[in-house]
Amino acid sequence: MHSPVNFSQFPDQAGHFGRYGGRFVAETLMEALHELNEAWQDCRNDPDFLAELDTDLARYVGRPTPIYYAERWSRQLGGAQIYLKREDLNHTGAHKINNTVGQGLLAKRMGKTRLIAETGAGQHGVASATIAARLGMECVVYMGAEDIQRQAINVYRMRLLGATVQPVTSGSRTLKDALNEALRDWVANVDNTFYMIGTVAGPHPYPLMVREFQAVIGREAREQMLADHGCLPDALVACVGGGSNAIGLFHPFLNDSEVAIYGVEAAGSGIDTGRHAATLCAGRSGVLHGNRTYLLSDENGQITETHSVSAGLDYPGVGPEHAWLKDIGRAQYVAVTDAEALRAFHDLTRIEGIIPALESSHALAYVTQLAPALRPDQRIVVNLSGRGDKDIYTVADLDGIQL
Amino acid sequence: MADGPIIQKACERALSQGMSLRGVLELVREFRRTDVDTPLVLMGYLNPIESMGFDAFAAGAREAGVDGVLTVDLPAEEASELAELLAAVDIDPIFLLAPTSSIERIRRTVELARGYLYYVSLKGVTGSAALNVVDVAEKLAMIRTCTGLPLGVGFGIKDPPTAAAIAQIADAVVVGSAIVSRIAEWADDPERMRREVGHLVSAMRQAMSVDSV
Repeated sequence: MHSPVNFSQFPDQAGHFGRYGGRFVAETLMEALHELNEAWQDCRNDPDFLAELDTDLARYVGRPTPIYYAERWSRQLGGAQIYLKREDLNHTGAHKINNTVGQGLLAKRMGKTRLIAETGAGQHGVASATIAARLGMECVVYMGAEDIQRQAINVYRMRLLGATVQPVTSGSRTLKDALNEALRDWVANVDNTFYMIGTVAGPHPYPLMVREFQAVIGREAREQMLADHGCLPDALVACVGGGSNAIGLFHPFLNDSEVAIYGVEAAGSGIDTGRHAATLCAGRSGVLHGNRTYLLSDENGQITETHSVSAGLDYPGVGPEHAWLKDIGRAQYVAVTDAEALRAFHDLTRIEGIIPALESSHALAYVTQLAPALRPDQRIVVNLSGRGDKDIYTVADLDGIQL
Repeated sequence: MADGPIIQKACERALSQGMSLRGVLELVREFRRTDVDTPLVLMGYLNPIESMGFDAFAAGAREAGVDGVLTVDLPAEEASELAELLAAVDIDPIFLLAPTSSIERIRRTVELARGYLYYVSLKGVTGSAALNVVDVAEKLAMIRTCTGLPLGVGFGIKDPPTAAAIAQIADAVVVGSAIVSRIAEWADDPERMRREVGHLVSAMRQAMSVDSV
């Protein structure tokens, strides 16, 4: 990478990262996006807004999250030293809350009284319902009927928090369809409703706004590594579904060209089986959910069904900034299978006493390949984006155990 | 994204039967063998067009006999490339306008639009509940200050009285879900389907003609 790109200048005014991003929505949504963008641009530089956000992140979410040195695991793998950015320690158990705290404050400022969200694994749904409860707002979470089956605990958690979980039975009954349904709700109820998108996809300004709320991960990690070691890490690793935890970690390091960056997608049963969700590794450019990005689609441009053991990575698109980072070569995108992710899930649990989310286990699985290829004096920061409590039924099931 | 449950289900049925953009162009070709006069507009989403390639789509649509293309998720800001390619082969790029469209957005859209403009009568998805004729009339008047293009109105027009009321203020009435739901209802009885759809369309046509005298 010898590019003189200044990454902080992207996206452009219209939300483009190179040829990706933009605003591909029906006319009925354009004013809503315009209104949202205006409100967001006002807030992102407003000291009062930022101070309120920082206070909430500290006292409600529990930030900063620590960087944990996985000493035993590093020694076993034999190679680079591995550091975990502990987003699993956030309130609600994943990085998703960083974004919903921010969007919730914005919704309040805009005078909205109703929050809607889409969710796949349920983590963003829980994070949205949590904020809605705290702000006293009505909350409707759209969730694929298939995912409701897979994530019963999170569904119940959302209901406890007072949210309505709306099953989506169209299409493949997963996250892609939930996002479509939430957009339809927003079109019809735009006056009082704020749509919280949970990842760095969707029409501008969502990929930018969600990135800015998640970039707290990378800003902290950068400061923590500099404070502890006096230098930046050699490599960053994060899992990529839509890509919000990854861009949150990556973005503050993009201008540091000496830091290698790896995004890890879900190869499911294996990319050659067709049963996977490795959009960047196996997809091509297209338009979905309001932005141009890499997609998994058939030769007629119809979105294909995806598979991953991890519901949070089971998405046929990916954030447009990742598509751009791939094309210009600033980040590399790889994929690991369900089986590899499960092995990493068990390894971290047994070796470090930390049960990782299945999503994050994909990043960990790649670390088991990367670390031995590096020198012992090199350091890898891997984003432990969520905790695995929500996944124990899935894992037990795969291991043939009935709970 | 803008479609209600009736149109969504229709899309799912079509896809499950193997329909594709190529298949649609083939249907157009077949239709043009017996009808060369009726204007024909394709309405859909961008990804199938992007997947085929803008040039290939423009050429294919032209060759098949398409007169206009409305791409729901392609607002004016992102549309110039495709709109120019279509216009170059004499296919009209058709655009949506909505109750929320500001005067700036209307001006920007009419710059690229050809053929007619499709005004979305309400905030909601296709096949939604009630539209307000007074609101629609006000907005159409505003749009007419920016363009001389004909204005069609759609979304939520499901019966002859509504069609008649809209015909008073618009140049065209667009009916989708009301027809598609009858097609779905009588899918197993094509004879009856033709009758039911025919009844609805002629009742609307009649109501519009009577009221506009």
